[in-house]
Amino acid sequence: MTRQTFSRRGVLKSGAATGAGLALPTIFTASSAAAFTNAPTGSSVTLGFNVPQTGAYADEGADELRAFELAVEHLNGGGDGGMLQTFSSQALDGTGILGKKVEFVTGDTQTKSDAARASAQSMIQKDGAIMISGGSSSGVAVAVQGLCQEAGVIFMAGLTHSNDTTGKDRKANGFRHFFNAYMSAAALAPVLQNLYGTDRRAYHLTADYTWGWTQEESIAAATEAMGWQTAEKVRTPLGAGDFSSYIAPVLNSGADVLVLNHYGGDMVNSLTQAVQFGLRERQANGKDFQIVVPLYSELMARGAGQAIKGIPGSQNWDWKLEDAGTKAFVKSFGEKYGFPPSQAAHTCYVQTLLYADAVTRAGDFNPCAVVEALEGYEFDGLGNGPTLYRAEDHQCFKDVVVVKGAENPQDEFHLVEIVEVTPTEQVTYAHDHPMFAGGSLGECNPGA
Amino acid sequence: MLGLERRDLTILIAVAVITLFAPIILNPFPTGSALAQFNAGYPDLMQRFVIFGIFAIGFNILFGLTGYLSFGHAAFLGIGSYSAVWMFKLLSMNVIPAILLSIVMAGLFALVIGFVSLRRSGIYFSILTLAFAQMSYNLAYSVLTPVTNGETGLQITLSDPRILDGESSGLPVTSLFGAEMRDTTTLFVGPWSWDFSVGYYFCAALMLVAFYISVRIFRSPFGMMLRAVKSNQQRMNYTGLNSRPYTLAAFVISGMYAGLAGGLLAAMDPLAGADRMQWTASGEVVLMTILGGAGTLIGPVLGAGFIKYFENIFSKINDGILHQWFAFMPDGLENFVVAVIHPFIGKGWHLTLGIMFMLVVIFLPGGLVEGASRVGRVFRRRDRKADHVESDAARQRAAAE
Amino acid sequence: MDAILIQILNGLDKGSAYALIALGLTLIFGTLGVVNFAHGALFMIGAFCAVTLQKLLTLSVTTIDPERTDFLGNPLKVQTPYVENWFGPEVGGTIVDWAVPLAILLAIPVMLLVGFVMERGLIKHFYKRPHADQILVTFGLAIVLQEIVKYFYGANPIPTPAPDAFRGSLDIGVWLGFDPYAIIYPYWRLVYFFFAGVIIAAVFAFLQFTTFGMVVRAGMADRETVGLLGIDIDRRFTLMFGLAAVVAGLAGVMYTPILSPNYHMGMDFLVLSFVVVVVGGMGSLPGAVLAGFLLGILQSFASMNEVKSLLPGIDQIIIYLVAIVILLTRPRGLMGRRGVMEE
Repeated sequence: MTRQTFSRRGVLKSGAATGAGLALPTIFTASSAAAFTNAPTGSSVTLGFNVPQTGAYADEGADELRAFELAVEHLNGGGDGGMLQTFSSQALDGTGILGKKVEFVTGDTQTKSDAARASAQSMIQKDGAIMISGGSSSGVAVAVQGLCQEAGVIFMAGLTHSNDTTGKDRKANGFRHFFNAYMSAAALAPVLQNLYGTDRRAYHLTADYTWGWTQEESIAAATEAMGWQTAEKVRTPLGAGDFSSYIAPVLNSGADVLVLNHYGGDMVNSLTQAVQFGLRERQANGKDFQIVVPLYSELMARGAGQAIKGIPGSQNWDWKLEDAGTKAFVKSFGEKYGFPPSQAAHTCYVQTLLYADAVTRAGDFNPCAVVEALEGYEFDGLGNGPTLYRAEDHQCFKDVVVVKGAENPQDEFHLVEIVEVTPTEQVTYAHDHPMFAGGSLGECNPGA
Repeated sequence: MLGLERRDLTILIAVAVITLFAPIILNPFPTGSALAQFNAGYPDLMQRFVIFGIFAIGFNILFGLTGYLSFGHAAFLGIGSYSAVWMFKLLSMNVIPAILLSIVMAGLFALVIGFVSLRRSGIYFSILTLAFAQMSYNLAYSVLTPVTNGETGLQITLSDPRILDGESSGLPVTSLFGAEMRDTTTLFVGPWSWDFSVGYYFCAALMLVAFYISVRIFRSPFGMMLRAVKSNQQRMNYTGLNSRPYTLAAFVISGMYAGLAGGLLAAMDPLAGADRMQWTASGEVVLMTILGGAGTLIGPVLGAGFIKYFENIFSKINDGILHQWFAFMPDGLENFVVAVIHPFIGKGWHLTLGIMFMLVVIFLPGGLVEGASRVGRVFRRRDRKADHVESDAARQRAAAE
Repeated sequence: MDAILIQILNGLDKGSAYALIALGLTLIFGTLGVVNFAHGALFMIGAFCAVTLQKLLTLSVTTIDPERTDFLGNPLKVQTPYVENWFGPEVGGTIVDWAVPLAILLAIPVMLLVGFVMERGLIKHFYKRPHADQILVTFGLAIVLQEIVKYFYGANPIPTPAPDAFRGSLDIGVWLGFDPYAIIYPYWRLVYFFFAGVIIAAVFAFLQFTTFGMVVRAGMADRETVGLLGIDIDRRFTLMFGLAAVVAGLAGVMYTPILSPNYHMGMDFLVLSFVVVVVGGMGSLPGAVLAGFLLGILQSFASMNEVKSLLPGIDQIIIYLVAIVILLTRPRGLMGRRGVMEE
């Protein structure tokens, strides 16, 4: 009457079909039905897109969702195919994945690790998702990655910038295309040196949680290596709203650069308020006072408005890049939705394609086969130039875009302009670099 | 039987039967049918139903009986989770020691926080509990990261000592003397499929125990005393009774319930995040209790199920699914209907929840239990005597002010 | 010394916002006896009045600029606000620039209306219901209001800059004999501080010196007797609710240049403002104002490096810590009356 298994859904469909025929309880054994969690048995395969739909990052989540929908459309042969034409691997032909039509389910992470796990769990247990992707914060990414590892499905991280995601919290079933704090720092440092010289004193305001800390550590290390001093590192509570009491002492501290290790609403508020305090019109140590925002996002740039003019920062990708992949993606996204995609949308789109491609090349949906196909995989044509998915930590290595706020934007999509594209070699680090040490991938887990 | 009156025994048996067959009841739609979206009978959600049911039952012992409205109960939930995960990390993956520790730790914290907070009453008490919980949340998110792992949440890792367990390849799973919590048996009957999960039944058994204890407390002299605190504390003091020990005991008991719920959450899914302690989480249990019917036995459980259902089912409906449902309509009409429903589903599930709160509070002051009894009354006009064991409490409360 | 002065200034500003919100909350509680969890949402709606006005003022005609291209390579559509077309770029630009202060004019009628509708349509039916029901229904309303705003304006913060005339900051330190830059204070924050002062003074004057205010104060003290005297207290209470909504709304409008508005800003302020009200003492207007400024300043002090290095994380919890200490030493907050909200 029953079946013992650690996972359920994949076999359900076949089970249901047989069961319907007999209209009686049917005997099924796990081993004969599936070798891994949620193995697709019908004519379709289900992917789970877990993005913030409520809370502060809801707009970013909405943009991720648009990208996922576009990716699914392209995988199923709809639309103009987007990056499928420019992708160096031509394994995908618009017939779904391994001939199965791609379907998807969506969920709300609420940007809380608990809710994100519940949502992912329901996709795996109820909807039979074989891959989970999306998300807009590192806490969520690490939590969901852990869940996917236990459940035996693949996790293709969305926007997550903390070093830990592929550092001390790396997992065999998890992959990150997005860049990280170390790469931001490595790409930014030379640009900052060109812009502001080697004799500077930096004052850090840092969001008081793990992501903020890793970014502060990375930026401080990279700038100190080129001769800057770090005047002070100050932690600010998450969602402080009013940063005046943290900004006011900056000018008097002997520092001449303010580094804002904030993201989202915190970044918008701290930057706006710092500009309001007139920091940028002031001078310190005989130099013009400067502000740096290491991690940029277009949506947040929009929130900060005028305040971002001339402020340098880094991005994983920008729609104004000139390569063929970017152009194809921007064209199909822009024509469908009427505005250019954000970097969050890009990374989610690319992750979906990369997963589909890995399955196709492996010829198998088994997570372990997918892991094998992605590890050490080199590809091109997805917007960041030649890219490597490193086997040791499942982190993508590619060019990083250094940007700054445009002085005179022609419209709200041109708020940032590209300063430099930092080549891969400059941002590559050893997989056992101290900032990433302490984790291990473990074994890939196919579930079941 | 079991020292219960007949009416209470009926309720207990009803709850037991419902929890026993929940995997079937919650999956009324055949797998693969269009309405399967509304099925809630998968292990993770069923576990959440009963765990938050425990949380709300415990909260109800404090709020429903004494009228003290704590806005910081989520702190105990979080403390329970952290204790349990630390137990998994240090001692063993067996859930028993983890859950015991989480109850004890939550009880200790409740003793301290309750001792301080109960010096005040009314909204001053609410704000004191809120302040303690927010402090725990803020510290757990930032300064206490070495203990709580901050934003990321505390997880088990391969390198944990786990002194009682042997070496294991891969991440170990939580278990009860070998029975793995995530172990699930699936039964196929016709087009239906039902998941019977070990974890769920473990939680459900504990919920029944918790429910039984709560019934006993409600009907005991101690419960009487607590009710007296609610109706007129001053008069109670004048008669020479010190109410503080009673309220403190109620506070600690409900804190231990929250700790048990937190421990179970971690036992089902070994992760403890600071979000669990945020004031919104405390608010959630208040909402569950009032929505279901504060002061009633079964209400809090209903409220917990209601809110968790919304959170997990409504948030996952997207436009694509809507189009599937209404595909039978002509195109123009289909798009219109989808456009009308669109703001209320998926990313709009908060809106639907907010509207539901308002409707329930406006029209059913006694919560869902009162709603159910009203429906019941329509069907059982003649049988006046036997009904409304539960709605009594609800009505009393509605009339209280 | 200068560091301490800076933090007092910053605290005054934070305190003004807390005080304004707490003042409205206390008005509603004191007059109507209702615990209004939707008060943060009123603050948020006020802020979005500024956003709405800014959007209205920048309603634009679209012209095609064949010289430039948009991101898809099509000719660029250039948006010019109607006001600039009508009044010329100079005057029109200035009007757009002054959107936030101008929004006060929009916010007063809007907030009054919102307040009236809320009181007549919903709150009125909850005067006799338990506080828990009031909390739940207003909490539900707050969620509904913020989700509606989110539906139209998205979840992202929206920039609403102060007029150009108020950009930059004042070097207060130089006046007091400190080094340049030792104490700087943005002009807009000064404006906010004085604005809050004026509103608070106006509310107190209104209650103190008008007949209407006298009746309301009498109603706060003993509603039943005032009703027995044949005075229609209900109508006045409706007006009070409207007034409280206006105070919260104006606090929101003027705060937008400091905090880019987003749909959940109300919830972020809600818990804080309740703590402020309770610390001040339920139902006491001077208590609410006093507690607002007190907590604002203490929070600023706790953010100082010197304090933080001594007690890590203190800035995260200071508000709650102070609330606990005050409630334990002064049972009814700083200026609360006996018997209010203690049942």
